[in-house]
Formats: sequence, C-alpha cells, structure tokens
Amino acid sequence: MSIANLLLTLVYGVIGILSLLVAYQAWRKQQEARLGTVIFWTLLGIIFIFGDWIPANLVGIMIIVMAVLSATKQIRFGLFVTSTQAFKEQSAQKLGNKLFIPALILAGLAFVIAQLTPLGAFNAIGLSGIVALIIFLFLVKGRLKEASDESTRLLSQVGPMAILPQILAALGSLFTVAGVGDVLASGVENVMVEGNVWMGVIAYCIGMAGFTAVMGNAFAAFSVITAGIGVPFVFAYGADPLIAGALGITAGFCGTLLTPMAANFNIVPASILELKNKYGVIKSQAIFGIVMLIIHIVLMRFLAF
Amino acid sequence: MKLKFIGGGREMIRLIGVFIIIIGFIFKIDTLAVVVIAGIATGFVSGLNFNEILQILGEAFVNNRYMSLFIITLPVIGLMERYGLKERASWVISQLKHAKAEGVLSLYLVIRIIMAALSVRMQGHVQFVRPLVLPMAQGAIKTNYDNVADKNVEEIKGLAAAAENYGNFFGQNLFIGAGGVMLIVGTLNELGYEVDAKEGPTQIALTTIPVAIIAIILGVVQFHLHEKKMARDNKVSNEKGGEE
Repeated sequence: MSIANLLLTLVYGVIGILSLLVAYQAWRKQQEARLGTVIFWTLLGIIFIFGDWIPANLVGIMIIVMAVLSATKQIRFGLFVTSTQAFKEQSAQKLGNKLFIPALILAGLAFVIAQLTPLGAFNAIGLSGIVALIIFLFLVKGRLKEASDESTRLLSQVGPMAILPQILAALGSLFTVAGVGDVLASGVENVMVEGNVWMGVIAYCIGMAGFTAVMGNAFAAFSVITAGIGVPFVFAYGADPLIAGALGITAGFCGTLLTPMAANFNIVPASILELKNKYGVIKSQAIFGIVMLIIHIVLMRFLAF
Repeated sequence: MKLKFIGGGREMIRLIGVFIIIIGFIFKIDTLAVVVIAGIATGFVSGLNFNEILQILGEAFVNNRYMSLFIITLPVIGLMERYGLKERASWVISQLKHAKAEGVLSLYLVIRIIMAALSVRMQGHVQFVRPLVLPMAQGAIKTNYDNVADKNVEEIKGLAAAAENYGNFFGQNLFIGAGGVMLIVGTLNELGYEVDAKEGPTQIALTTIPVAIIAIILGVVQFHLHEKKMARDNKVSNEKGGEE
C-alpha cells in the first residue's frame, strides 16, 4: 500500500469515527427514533473504516438497510448543546478576524498539498481539515470534546443526505452497466446533426438544465446526462472532459434556479422570507437562469475545445 | 436506430431507473430510498441477479467514499461556529449601514461566493438572508424611498433569496474538495476517462472561475436594474442625504 493510500485509509477512518460518535451520542441520549439513528450512523461508520475489507455485497445490504431507515424516517437528530449566544458574541469580538483563519487554512492548505505533494487532492482535503482543527484548538484554547460535540451536531443535522452523492454514484455505475446512457444517446441522436459541435454543446447544456429542473437535483442529472449526451456528442468531438464536465454541472445549476422541484433552494426560502407568492424566488431567478444557461453554452463551446 | 428507440420497448425499459427517480422526486418520496430502488430496478432489467446488484452498489459506494470528505471538515467548522464565526460575519456585513439595496445584495453575493470558495458550508437563507441581508436591504429601501410599493418589498425578498442561490451554486465548485467537483471526477472515472487525482479537481475549480465572475456581474446588473425600477416606481426620499 502506498503512503497516499495508507493516509487516505486513515482519513476515511477518522470520518468513520465521526460517524460512530453520532451513533454513540444518539445511544446515550434518550432521543426520538434512537435505534434507527444508532444503526444508520454505526453502519456508515463501519463502511468508512472497514470498507476496503468488507465483501461488497455485504456493503450493498448495509446500504439497503440505511435506505429503509431513511424511508421510514428512523434517522433523527437529537438535542445538542453548543455555546450560548452571549458566549458567541463575546468570543466573536475577542477573536475578530482570527475566526476566519481555519476557513482559509481549509481552502489554502488543501490547494498547496494537492499541488506540491504527491498525496493527491483527497488526502489534501483530509489533512487540511485536521490541521485547521488543531490550529484553531490552539488559537482558542478549546478542548477536543468541544470539537467532537460540534461535529456530531453538524453531521446529524446533515443527516442521511450526507450519503446521497455516494448513493448517486452507485446508481451511476448501475446505469452504466445497464447502458442507460446508450439508450438516451440513441434518442438524442435522432435530432442531432452528426459532428456538429455547437449542437452537441447545446444539447448537453440544455439537457443538464432540463433534467435538473425535472429532478430538482443537478448531481443526480449529471451522471445520466453526461453518459447519454456529454460523452457521445461533446467529449467524442474532442472536448476536454474536465472543462466540459465542470460547465455541465453549473449548467445544471441554471436549471435548479428555475424549478420548484429544488424545494430547499426555491420554495422553502420563499416561506422563510415570507413571500406572498411561493414561486416568488423562482420568478426573481428566471431571467438570470436563462441568460446564465446561454452563457454556459458559449463558454463550453470555446473553453472546452 | 430510430425505430429501436421509439418502438423498441426492450430498449426503453432500461430507462426504468430514470422514470423511478422522476416519479419519486415528483411525489417527494424519500430521496435515498428512491435512488436505491431505481438502482436495483435498473440492475434487474439489465439481467443482473440480486447478488450482482448488491456487489455493484457496495463496490461503488466504497470506491466513492471520497465524495463525503467534507465530513472531516465538520469538527473545525462547528468549532468556528461555537466561537462566533457567524456573529463575526454578521458584524462585517453590518458595517455598511448606509448602502442602497442593490449594494447590500451585491455585497452579499460576493461574500457568499467567497464563502463557498472557502468551502464554508451554510444554509444561507436561514443563517444570513432572513436575519441580516433582507432586513438591511429593506432598511435601505425604506430610507431611500417614501412609501415603498408592496410589490417592490416582495421583489426585494425574492432577490435576497436569489443572491444566496447565485453565490452558493456558482461559487461552490471553486473549492477543489466540493461535492460537485468530486462528483465530476467520480463520474468521469466511472465512464472510463482517467482523471488525475491532482490535476482533475484543480482544472474543474479553475474552469469555475469565469462562471463565478459572470454570476457576480449578472447578479450586480440585475440588482442595479431593480434599484432603478424602484426609483421610477417610488418617490425618492429627500429627507436624508439631500446633498447627494
């Protein structure tokens, strides 16, 4: 095992422990849906720590158990103590802009490690998270217990959605095996002019935005539309997959701006801000979203080729 | 090819996973469950047995653990919050007391993009827009215009929510460890493109720079046009700052 791989295993181990801590807190405190919550975070912790050694079909069963717990609303977050508002105000005044230091380390150190060492971007993120924590603990003379409490609070707030990207990736592999991309591509092929780069780029960007608008989730759209339209009609014509892919995701976000399906971005905020029209946020974003989508088509045509 | 797609039920059935997802999202069924069901159904229609499906699910989930790397940043982010990160950020924004609404919204958009680039994860609508940005923008229109039309007050709410979304969406991939960046790398790998673990995320973040800049420009223009519209619709207040 290379050093980079060994380090990554350790990073995943730390994440697994953070997940187990959520389970442990749920077990200790009498909270709603205690058993389901404990099982969910324990399974996730086990997969993160021992994923390389557990048989894959067993992991598959664990995923199904987690999905069932999620569907039956058996994963809840309990009550967590954080600092008081008065303490926060006081501390903010005392620390001033020093409070932003860890945020800068997170981004800056990750970038430096990724660029200057052979450890790779994943280790870079993991290490910068740990270094930022250590430096901040010294800066505020905090205790590790506080950090673990806070991480438990945040992780259980994110809840089961934390694993959505990984589940979507798994869906993507099954789509690949089933040839979903090929079927979509053969549908799109009917309206495409062979070899026309502009048409390919337009189909990819509009496909991303449209499918995102339908599903309310650009990440879910990405694997399907990239396999179905991106690969045969954009990448195959010589586009840089990374640049086209990067623009593909943000083209999808243009669709997110336009859809009530993305409820947490467009509908929930309308009620948080007490808009009379529940589509008021989408109305404000509509022109921006469409203009931005057109710009994406142009950017992709000229940056990716 | 054409006939196969339109008439061939055997081809169309492979899209069952896509349909399950669409239906699931429309009827707001639990997202995780829908995605897992879509995966299993897709596996079955393409002739895999249950064990093979479990195998693929498990393998992809383990191989893509890096998509959840953000979890390792939660202890330090939580600790920053515990020691007053949001209170400090609020103070920074509140230093601009006498701005116009367009200024408040534009500034928030820029700050939000920077926050996203620094991978500060937040639910801005609840944490910043409602308690801070919107009150400041509303305060600004009240001092700048007399008897502001109801319509304009509603529009400001919509724009404040929009500023948060613009900043969040078009800024997040500036961070090399962002979920979206990881998804692109992972998807390309699954599709058979070899992506360098070092260069790949950097290239994606760099490509996002022009997108973020354009988002700022478009947002600022939109907020400016709206300010001008408000100036037309309402009587400009001359009580304060008549010297301008």
